[in-house]
Amino acid sequence: MQAFVPLEAVAAPLAVANVDTDQIIPARFLWRKRGEGWGHLLFHDLRFNDDGSARPQFVLNDPRYQAAQILVADRNFGCGSSREHAVWTLFDYGIRAVIAPSFGDIFFNNSLQVGLLPIVLPTVAVEALLAALEQTPGAHLGIDLEAQQVSTADGVVHAFEIDPFRKQCLLAGADELAFTLSQADDIASFETTYERKVSWL
Amino acid sequence: MAEPLTLFDKIWSAHVVQSRPDGADLLHIDRHLVHDGSSNAFRMLKARNLPLRRPDRTFATPDHYVSTLAGDLAAINEPSRRAMVEDLESHARTNGVTLFGLKDRRQGIVHVVGPEQGLSQPGMIIVCGDSHTATHGALGALAFGIGATEVAHVLATQTLWQKRPKNMRVTVDGGLATGVHAKDVILAIIAKLGAAGGTGHVIEYAGSTIASLSIEGRLTVCNMSIEAGARAGMVAPDDVTYQYVVGRPYAPKGSDWDKALASWRALPSDAGAHFDREVNVDATEIAPMVTWGTSPEAAAPITGAVPDPAAAPDAGSREAITRALAYMGLTPGSPLSGIAINRVFIGSCTNSRIEDLRVAAAVVDGRRAVVPAMVVPGSGLIKAQAEAEGLDVIFKRAGFEWREPGCSMCVGMNGDLVAPGDRCASTSNRNFVGRQGKGARTHLVSPAMAAAAAVAGSLTDVRQLMGS
Ligand code: SF4
Repeated sequence: MQAFVPLEAVAAPLAVANVDTDQIIPARFLWRKRGEGWGHLLFHDLRFNDDGSARPQFVLNDPRYQAAQILVADRNFGCGSSREHAVWTLFDYGIRAVIAPSFGDIFFNNSLQVGLLPIVLPTVAVEALLAALEQTPGAHLGIDLEAQQVSTADGVVHAFEIDPFRKQCLLAGADELAFTLSQADDIASFETTYERKVSWL
Repeated sequence: MAEPLTLFDKIWSAHVVQSRPDGADLLHIDRHLVHDGSSNAFRMLKARNLPLRRPDRTFATPDHYVSTLAGDLAAINEPSRRAMVEDLESHARTNGVTLFGLKDRRQGIVHVVGPEQGLSQPGMIIVCGDSHTATHGALGALAFGIGATEVAHVLATQTLWQKRPKNMRVTVDGGLATGVHAKDVILAIIAKLGAAGGTGHVIEYAGSTIASLSIEGRLTVCNMSIEAGARAGMVAPDDVTYQYVVGRPYAPKGSDWDKALASWRALPSDAGAHFDREVNVDATEIAPMVTWGTSPEAAAPITGAVPDPAAAPDAGSREAITRALAYMGLTPGSPLSGIAINRVFIGSCTNSRIEDLRVAAAVVDGRRAVVPAMVVPGSGLIKAQAEAEGLDVIFKRAGFEWREPGCSMCVGMNGDLVAPGDRCASTSNRNFVGRQGKGARTHLVSPAMAAAAAVAGSLTDVRQLMGS
């Protein structure tokens, strides 16, 4: 996992609720391998017409938003299918953080596994950010994970919550698996006790 | 006296290996189900040179990419899709995982196979790299979907770090009217909760209506918990559960059965247990349901009408409804009954079990489908059972296609797609934009309603068709 470094980047507004992972990456691309690169497929059917041409009305097709590393979205972002590919696709496109009033639970977890920062802000704060970004296309947002702050170009600061363990993992670029593997003795002793009790498994 | 606990609390606590200071628990996983979308996770394991810790707790079956025309590899004519199934089979073989492969009658949709084989049992924690894993909660288990990195974590350690979600209880009481089924119950619940209403929660479904459902009905209800945003859905085990589990291939036997049963009987939520949220639903008010939009929360009784965005409470929902209706090609205010459809799909982990097929067959028996329609049984065993009962003959005589088991048109990853602009009455679980194919318009319904739509050529109230 890549470490999350302080970010000062273009933020793209996507003022749509319930953006499901099928929208982020349609199912017909899921046979691809992780390492093959996914960024060009992001929001594929929203971004491109059937003939492959760009749909000008989609936010990431506006040249002013194209370099976005931050996405600001409406409630329940990433709902639906558990496909981690949705996170890979955002990540490979260059998105490092998504700000929304709420997220699909599995998407939220997957993001933390991959190194994409999901930030929950109150609905009013998200609405304000969306309005500001639509008004000033290409505007930057700053994200400081250490300080747990999102800041706008005109100095508005929004604090956000994050679980301290996840924060450390993101800052260090460390994944959970290495830690869990170091707990192998604990796991083994749990299994022994558990299987004595639940002997029918 | 000990503090009263919920079913969820009891299962969770029994599986905690250790706890982190931030409140996350390392949970032991009883069953890990893998399918043909899991190859990236196996590759992650391999890249780190890690062995699969518990092959005996891991079970595999291909479902998403399999052809429903013929149950063999050669029938998957697209090489990248065929490779997904081949990959699963070779990963299973090299890691010593039990595989219900293409040639095996036990093969099917992973969430159909688990309960059918007796792999899913009360009190277990079951995970799978698929959001509809909540299905298995119908047996009184805690079952939830995970992403690829988490799948790799479970493969390597048979554990998973999780933060304890909140408890929600949805109590459904009262009798169901004729023609109203488990699918209608869960669509009504989702319409009430909203697509994000269950976020951060595990739902326990309770009440007399749920208790009176068969396990297959409960599987349908729990299956769609994720469509309300919930992590998992579960039903307390009872005699219906034990009768369903007993005798299945992987169910406990002999003295183990007695021991298991004694422990399962202690699982149901204690009187006075705390739920963070309680929701009540009156089952007598539920009519056959149909979705009109592009989120499962956009569900309404078939007796209703397409909503008018102008009547929406706020600008956000006005815009969302407008967008959904534009995609769906529907006019505000027009009755749901009578909307012409082009296609019918009966299948998916929501509604592809034998009881679903029986209900649908009863509707089509002696009638004719006037649009292309297909039935895709959830597993090879269900297909065989249906054929033994002559259901295949009823469907075929009515003009339905009778296919091989798999996910099929629920997600179209195997090429079973709804054509752009076509309107499909589907017993699956998601009506998302493009879910059944680019530009496809999905109306989620019960098997009875899907069958009725096939013979009427339009969304129709199955109760009227059947004269009840
Ligand atoms: S049937 Fe549909 S929802 Fe169920 S596992 Fe397959 S693709 Fe997913």
